[in-house]
Amino acid sequence: MTYTFGLDTFGDRNSDAVGKPLSHAETIRNVAEEGVFAEQAGVDFFGIGEHHTEYFPMPAGDVVLAAIAARTGRIRLGSAVTVLSSDDPVRVFQRYSTLNAISGGRAEVILGRGSSIESFPLFGYDLADYEELFEEKATLFAELLKGGPVTWEGKTRAPLLNQDVVPHTESGPFPAWIGVGGNPQSVIRAARLGFSLALAIIGGPPARFAAYSQLFRRALEKFGRPPLPVLVHSPGHVAATDEQAKAEFWPRWREIIALVAPERGFALPTEESFDTETGPHGALYVGSPETVAQKIATNLRALEATRFDLKYGLPGLTHDQLMTNIELYGRQVVPRVRELLS
Amino acid sequence: MEELGRLAVLGAGHVGPVIARLAIAAGYPVAIATSGDPEDIALITELVIPGAHPRWASDAVADADIVVLAIPLHRFLDMDPALLAGKLVVDAMNYWPASDGVLAPFEDRGSSEVVAGRLSGSAVVKALNHIGYHELEDRARPAGAPDRRAAGVAGDDPVAVATVEGLVDRIGYDPVRLESLRAGRVLQPGSPVFGVVLALPEFEHAVRDDARSLL
Repeated sequence: MTYTFGLDTFGDRNSDAVGKPLSHAETIRNVAEEGVFAEQAGVDFFGIGEHHTEYFPMPAGDVVLAAIAARTGRIRLGSAVTVLSSDDPVRVFQRYSTLNAISGGRAEVILGRGSSIESFPLFGYDLADYEELFEEKATLFAELLKGGPVTWEGKTRAPLLNQDVVPHTESGPFPAWIGVGGNPQSVIRAARLGFSLALAIIGGPPARFAAYSQLFRRALEKFGRPPLPVLVHSPGHVAATDEQAKAEFWPRWREIIALVAPERGFALPTEESFDTETGPHGALYVGSPETVAQKIATNLRALEATRFDLKYGLPGLTHDQLMTNIELYGRQVVPRVRELLS
Repeated sequence: MEELGRLAVLGAGHVGPVIARLAIAAGYPVAIATSGDPEDIALITELVIPGAHPRWASDAVADADIVVLAIPLHRFLDMDPALLAGKLVVDAMNYWPASDGVLAPFEDRGSSEVVAGRLSGSAVVKALNHIGYHELEDRARPAGAPDRRAAGVAGDDPVAVATVEGLVDRIGYDPVRLESLRAGRVLQPGSPVFGVVLALPEFEHAVRDDARSLL
């Protein structure tokens, strides 16, 4: 079994050592440095999630990925996620097939909603139309990925008639995933359209997602498709010790959840709930390299998944803390997980 | 052993399967349905809701003693009220404009009052809407467990409310009866008990302190 390991960021706005927020521009330059360093540390994938907020100033992650591509040679680069419903599938394909060209075939996309809903009012979409927008656009994206002229008609964008969409990819479709947060019908959709499955697990016991992994496999069989991989995306933070990782992460976690809770309906975390989530049966990978590695290995096995993406960083952490996280993840966590799974 | 009523869960998204699993574990016969062909959710049922029966919505409802609505609110607006006539309907839906968009019919009143207004032939009870679907199962505990949590039940029909209190109790929560569907506004997004899983004393305290429960 081949396992791969990624790091994802939302462009979480950095602070300096005394807690003063860095500018959006400095944060974006730091993300580019982090992506380059992730390759040096031995990480397989670097993903950037689309967000449009003051604390996640990252609406054009593909531009940052292109900068990283120019300075790296091995690491795979992709979105995590692209908010496809409020974008144009043709443009998303063009941007990522361009990234694929620049990077010599290292581009990927994860399509979904993520925790990002700001793009709907920003681009004039109604959240009530979310389901129809995603279904239509994911279907069109699957067609675009095949290459060759596309004929398509729907309600959410202009029709395409035998349209050649460029740039063509050099060696077939690049990897494309659909991000799922807990709706089994979204799992079925990923299988029906031939996307790989990205399970976003940000709270509660990860083991409960094992049924989704089985559902995905069975649905692929039902639709007559070959097996496709499952990845797990979860938040976390790696530092030298469990205590240090928790001490750095907890105040930032409490802040960001308090900020997004009103619109997302999250309960405010308590120290007790944080201990549960960072414990062996929770969804947060916060701790020493050994603690995090054990948890990743356990959950990859339980969920029959072959890729783990750690969403690292939070608004208010420093670039240095993130670089330490990346170094420990690449140099210690990933080799240890491979050892545990071999 | 006491004969439990039949449940029809409408909705196979985030929430429906969780409620269906809890009800099955509590001993209820459970059918699950969407707006489409039961064949479309056969795999989901087999793997994610073992023990439930996928059916056409009209068949599931016809045989049900309790119907649980767990569909997006905008889809509810497209639903024919006649489908649910004469039934006890548990409204587990939420109106949550920040997350799902603005729906004009729900802007002025409690969402379950609007639901009840459209389902004039049904007894509507608001319940199981205020605990996150990802927590509903993990936090369920048998009666008497020291770490058992509470869940609100609001309605205007006392018999229907009592039946749903029984359901809530059996699936693992201490039911807290609210005076009316209108008082159930205290269970909506933005209230002190929404998305927070509280034990009975804290729940009652939070509800009592919230002026909406006195309306």
